[in-house]
Amino acid sequence: MTLLGKLDWSSIPFDQPIIMGTVGSVIVVIVSVLSWVTLKGYLPYLWREWITSVDHKRIGVMYIALALVMLLRGFADGIMMRTQQAVAAGGAQGYLPPEHFDQIFSAHGTIMIFFVAMPLVIGLMNFAVPLQLGVRDVAFPTMNSISFWLTASGVLLTNVSLAVGEFAKTGWFAYPPLSELQFSPGVGVDYYLWSLQISGIGTLLSGVNFVTTILKMRAPGMSYMRMPVFCWTALASNLLIVAAFPVLTALFAMLLLDRYLGFHFFTVDAGGNAMMYVNLFWVWGHPEVYILVLPAFGIFSEVTATFSGKSLFGYRSMVLATMAICVLSYTVWLHHFFTMGASASVNAFFGITSMIIGVPTGVKVFNWLFTMYGGRVRFTVPVLWTIGFMVSFVFGGLTGVLLALPAVDWQVHNSVFLVAHFHHVIIPGVLFGCMAGYNYWFPKAFGFRLDERWGKAAFWCWFLGFHLAFMPLYMTGLMGMPRRLQHYDVLSWQPWLLVAEVGALVILTGIICQIVQIVVSIRHREQLRDTTGDPWNGRTLEWSTASPPPAWNFAVLPRVDELDAFWAHKQRVLAKQELPVRQHAYQPIEVPKNSPVGFVTAFFAVVSGFALIWHIWWMAGFGVLGAAVTLLAFMFRTKDEVEIPADEVGLFDRAHPVEVSP
Amino acid sequence: MNVAVEMDAVRRSALLNLSEAGPAPKRVIAGFGFWTFLLSDIVMFSALFASYAVLAKATAGGLTGVQLFDQRNVAMETALLLLSSYTCGMMSLAINSRRYLATFLGAVATFLLGAAFLALELREFQGMIALGATPQRSAFLSAFFTLVGSHGLHVTVGLAWLVLMMVQLSLRGFQDVVVRRLHCFSLFWHALDIIWVLIFTIVYLMGVLP
Repeated sequence: MTLLGKLDWSSIPFDQPIIMGTVGSVIVVIVSVLSWVTLKGYLPYLWREWITSVDHKRIGVMYIALALVMLLRGFADGIMMRTQQAVAAGGAQGYLPPEHFDQIFSAHGTIMIFFVAMPLVIGLMNFAVPLQLGVRDVAFPTMNSISFWLTASGVLLTNVSLAVGEFAKTGWFAYPPLSELQFSPGVGVDYYLWSLQISGIGTLLSGVNFVTTILKMRAPGMSYMRMPVFCWTALASNLLIVAAFPVLTALFAMLLLDRYLGFHFFTVDAGGNAMMYVNLFWVWGHPEVYILVLPAFGIFSEVTATFSGKSLFGYRSMVLATMAICVLSYTVWLHHFFTMGASASVNAFFGITSMIIGVPTGVKVFNWLFTMYGGRVRFTVPVLWTIGFMVSFVFGGLTGVLLALPAVDWQVHNSVFLVAHFHHVIIPGVLFGCMAGYNYWFPKAFGFRLDERWGKAAFWCWFLGFHLAFMPLYMTGLMGMPRRLQHYDVLSWQPWLLVAEVGALVILTGIICQIVQIVVSIRHREQLRDTTGDPWNGRTLEWSTASPPPAWNFAVLPRVDELDAFWAHKQRVLAKQELPVRQHAYQPIEVPKNSPVGFVTAFFAVVSGFALIWHIWWMAGFGVLGAAVTLLAFMFRTKDEVEIPADEVGLFDRAHPVEVSP
Repeated sequence: MNVAVEMDAVRRSALLNLSEAGPAPKRVIAGFGFWTFLLSDIVMFSALFASYAVLAKATAGGLTGVQLFDQRNVAMETALLLLSSYTCGMMSLAINSRRYLATFLGAVATFLLGAAFLALELREFQGMIALGATPQRSAFLSAFFTLVGSHGLHVTVGLAWLVLMMVQLSLRGFQDVVVRRLHCFSLFWHALDIIWVLIFTIVYLMGVLP
């Protein structure tokens, strides 16, 4: 046993030009960003205002920034796979050797689910939920910061695997026995397990935080049936997090025990049961689909109502459908492996439940359509993403109903038909939803709108590129093409895969448009400035405060008497033709004090994670000890709130009177 | 008792419709949040229980539960843990009436009973390992050690937490934040009992069924 465990110079793949080139350019980018920040003297600002911030809005923005950066990484993996499959037909082997290709599809799935979709959704909930509830922060602000930084730790470890060692070659769900030590002796699976274990704890804490926030902290008068739909979907999503993520934690702990201590949960010998892993994985995995998609449904609801100028059609049925999906999501997991060999009646049960869960989803689609019907729809960027979603998602949902038939599923199991299906629900469902939310709430977060023209261009590229990239996979899937092929001999697949490659390139154009959109918007921020706090003529409480909102969100907690409280307030003001007298009796406000505990804990989590991956036991002990001491010090802190004097609150509030736009 | 205290804190007018009362007091938020966390912990245990149930017969030719489990030892463990819950309850009552000495006595009793439970559990593990029944021997033993060991780990964390809380209590007295954390601790300690009752039933009682 050496001082550095399994780690030595051979762990770094110097002989792989693609990896080394990528690592080199990433290092150059990081070093130049860091030195730019340091030279400009922004470090103290970043530390004070962002890294140690416990403000839910800042944390939300950081989650989204993290997700967008990881979207680039995940997309790079995706387009590399598409390019490989476009060329590696017949005798050609393409440019990616099998062991590298295997890492790429594993990393692509892991990153897109855990480090793109999850932080996007959690980030948007972080930003918008407390504002929509009309309160000043989440229930546990410091824990919120810890959650974020633990997620970032998982991201960091996954990315380190690119340069030091390898990532899993097992697919994004790491099924045993392949993921057991016997068949995956390298560190790849350990990178996978520890990054997800660490970020999973962060997600679980987020779930606890939001369930508590939504159930226990709402503005006076906001009963459950007066909550905005996004808050309802966030509640459902976080209930699912609380009920599903512990299963993943337990599952990964079992696989880790197998790999590190020679236990026999999932091994092929001594009575281990690999199918138990598959079952438990999807007991988490299927609710996870709804953890991601329900908040996106909430965003579509907000966007549809706001830009149609109407209240949401069927609010009660929307709430009911959301909670129905929340419960039903636990009854369908077996449809991920109908081929396991369960009896026909078991498969039939899960086939039927999988079709039933499509019903509340259908209710939602009709609600959105009826909201738009007869409304004065403004075709802004968020609305385009929403309509794009509705058109595509219905199609993806139908292929899902098809796959819910066990007999059909047996034919296309593990084929790219399945790959096309789940991309067809996750990209329009989750990603389009988050893009709608990103364009919708951006002016609230930063005080200026995003450029419309580049936003529309980005949408159209994504929309067309997405269909070009995934429709051909339905065809090759039906022609018998399995997923995860590094090369193939059937030349009749190649034309379809070339079309898919073109689609990926069109999506790339969309991503470039989005980057340009940010740059253009920042440069033109004065023209795009939102001075009213209500750029879209919104309906919910987040639009009743300044853009960007102050640390305390609301000078006086709003009083809520009905659904769409802010809209109703504006209607009353318009009817009276006068602005209400502004309240001047400001009270001092206590806001949570910034804390480095999240960042420091996450630092030690990275140290222990890295050490455990490489079997550097002393360093793992040091990391765990460091995290424990940090949390202990936090437990003994004496002051966790700072008081904003009433004068300062009043000064800000009078300087930002929220105008009521007609 | 705790519920009654919380109800007093809520404004009288809000009693008409509690869901419109506005943000709840901190004590309620902390307790509720911690309960939610405990629920997630119970879900984690449910996954471990499920794996135990699947693997209980997978002994791979090694020793079985009937041969390994000592009913007398388990009965003693159960008695110790349930008693510690009783003393923990006494401690909660002492905290509610802000009595230092009774609180410390309750804490010491809870700690000793918990530590005795842990000692018996470790002795049981040691005995099994001496017989060659290690977690590496069979899938059944992997699942057994993981499930029961996770509970033991929770008890250990609880004991450390209790010591810390006593340090905080002696340094700061009955501050709101200290009382809130003690309240969370007692929730935690009672939740461990729920888990243990399930372990007692599913692992030890059902494990010796013929």
